[in-house]
Amino acid sequence: MKQSIVSPQFNIQVENVMTWNVKPLLHEIRHSLNRLIETGESSVIDLRSIPLAPGEEEKILTALGRGELRAELDALGKSEIIETQYAGVWLISHYNENEEIIGRFIEVTVMPDILCSQSADMIDASQRLAEALQDTGGNNEGG
Amino acid sequence: MSEIEFLDWVRGPGFQIAAVIFVAGVIIRILEILMLGRKKNLAEARGSEMLGGLRTIVTRSMHDKATFQRSAFTIVSGYIFHTGLLLSIFFFAPHILMFKEVFGLSWPSLPTPVIDALAVISIIALLTIIARRMSNKVMRFLNTPGDYLAWLLTITPLVTGYMAFHRIGLPAPTLLAIHILSVEILLVLFPFTKLMHAFTLFMARWYNGAISGYRGVAS
Amino acid sequence: MSDRKNTAQADLTLGEVLRKRGISRRSFLKFCAATASMMAMPPSMVPAIAAALEKARRPSVIWLSFQECTGCTESLTRSHSTTIESLIFDHISLDYHHTLQAAAGTHAEAARIASMEENFGKYLLIVDGSIPMGNPGYSTIAGVSNHDMLMETAKGAAAVIAVGTCAAYGGIPHADPNPTGAVSVGDLIKDKPIINVPGCPPIPVVITGVLTHFLTFGELPELDHIGRPMAFYGKSIHDRCYRRPFYDKGLFAETFDDEGAKKGWCLYKLGCKGPTTYNACATTKWNDGTSFPIEAGHPCLGCSEPDFWDGGGFYKALSMPTENITQNIIYAAAGAAAAGVAVGALNRAKKSKAQATHQKVKLEDLNK
Repeated sequence: MKQSIVSPQFNIQVENVMTWNVKPLLHEIRHSLNRLIETGESSVIDLRSIPLAPGEEEKILTALGRGELRAELDALGKSEIIETQYAGVWLISHYNENEEIIGRFIEVTVMPDILCSQSADMIDASQRLAEALQDTGGNNEGG
Repeated sequence: MSEIEFLDWVRGPGFQIAAVIFVAGVIIRILEILMLGRKKNLAEARGSEMLGGLRTIVTRSMHDKATFQRSAFTIVSGYIFHTGLLLSIFFFAPHILMFKEVFGLSWPSLPTPVIDALAVISIIALLTIIARRMSNKVMRFLNTPGDYLAWLLTITPLVTGYMAFHRIGLPAPTLLAIHILSVEILLVLFPFTKLMHAFTLFMARWYNGAISGYRGVAS
Repeated sequence: MSDRKNTAQADLTLGEVLRKRGISRRSFLKFCAATASMMAMPPSMVPAIAAALEKARRPSVIWLSFQECTGCTESLTRSHSTTIESLIFDHISLDYHHTLQAAAGTHAEAARIASMEENFGKYLLIVDGSIPMGNPGYSTIAGVSNHDMLMETAKGAAAVIAVGTCAAYGGIPHADPNPTGAVSVGDLIKDKPIINVPGCPPIPVVITGVLTHFLTFGELPELDHIGRPMAFYGKSIHDRCYRRPFYDKGLFAETFDDEGAKKGWCLYKLGCKGPTTYNACATTKWNDGTSFPIEAGHPCLGCSEPDFWDGGGFYKALSMPTENITQNIIYAAAGAAAAGVAVGALNRAKKSKAQATHQKVKLEDLNK
């Protein structure tokens, strides 16, 4: 069973009244955003840790909407990083290689860590680049 | 014993024991009272015993003005806690399920928040009653250990029920088990304490009224 | 499962293994975020998890199955988040698991003994199923009784994880009248740290989450008073149930197909054990977060609690007595009526006897 990358599908129809988790969460996000503005402190909410009624996650995602930026990461399966319509509020969805969701987080930050290049990867990259140049150089000399 | 075993015990064998002692105890005590009998009244009846008895059951439940002025506190707090207690026992949805299971009868429940409020009000009323009984010199003199026991047996299920519903302090199965156990202790001791008044009250009132009714006077 | 592979990877840390496989730091961070979520830890723990996983060493795991239905193994192997779990499970060395291993017969037992000797004091022992104490012949593996195999294998274990309610609390074999004299792992082993991961079966990510926690930090997670990891079993189903507000308002489904059931009201009256059951179903959910029994409209059975099979029936509300009270009440009433009459008659006899022996005091008596 595959879930769509954009928004999860729920198969159970329930009345609209069950949305009491949405508002408090949005309030929490607002408080986090204020904290980010005032002190620069970023925060993360794990959507899996919140008891959500069927359809509530979708409502949260709809309420946050989509902003200007969307990035896709290809590491152990896809990850989608979008800035919501509220600047500073990011939605990060991790998928595995079968496109099943393995984690969904709301990050309130200037820039999610996972988007930044990691120093270990940069050291590795520099090495690989040097090796590649060596290989090319060798080829030129030999050819 | 794990908390679930504790819960299973109070829902099973514990409930069984308590129910049997309660039913047997109440029936024996009532029969004992009824079979005391009375000497045949040789005087000619000037009115109906039954009517007089029934009338008094009603009239004694309604205070007259003078009595009210004398002991307004007792009457008001007494009515509050009795009403709250009875409504929360008989009109809380999970309780009705229990009655349905045992007696096969069921009736509509009150909304849970209403029961919640009633329980709190009853607890407060019971606390003020005991505070007054202990602070008033005359009442303290009249109090017997049996009175304190009856009070304790009554307030414990209310408090434990409130805690079980709001899940305060202990693991939920333990709270529920303690609540059920407190009710079972109440049931076991009920026939042998002043709590028997729940049944004897009406018998006593009827009898008072019946004597007057026979004589053709108001009680 | 081979000795060669064992020694080749034994000294590498998880970080080294991942780097060798060409997994970038960024991928590793994603892996750590998903792992934190899986272990029900706050996202703020991700750096600590990353640091610990980096240094985690490959543990040897021996899995013993006793009186069980293999549902727990099914649950674990049906966990679909392949990437993350496979990273973890590629990393552990599952040296013995009689459902999953390729070896059979003496070779299988030899693998277990070899692993025990090689990793004495360090391997992780996982058990599913309860242990029959009534007769050792009720359940044996390779001619060895479950009890003997457990005691022998537990000796060199660093810790024991009891997976499933049977291993944790006796479960279904232990249900009344417990014909095999089934006991839990904790009933037998007293000198080793034990983690109980109950459930029938446990949620897949709860099993992997607990394993991951042990692998990551090399120590037991915080446990509750009956040995369950607080991260998953710290809150009751009821406390995290999205139908809870209906319970609080007193709105209940009366049957499985009435208006209340269709509106998603509380299932208390249909026998839901959510109020007395501690598990992660309401948040972690099943089938990759798709749903859980209450969301599907069925009351919670309470499968992660001891003796869940003996609670008087899955469809009996928690406030109902579990035994047949009515019948006994009728007997009690009949008996009491007879007793009451007897007592009354006795009282009457006493009274008339007193009347009969009553003597009037005369004036001359007083003048004596």
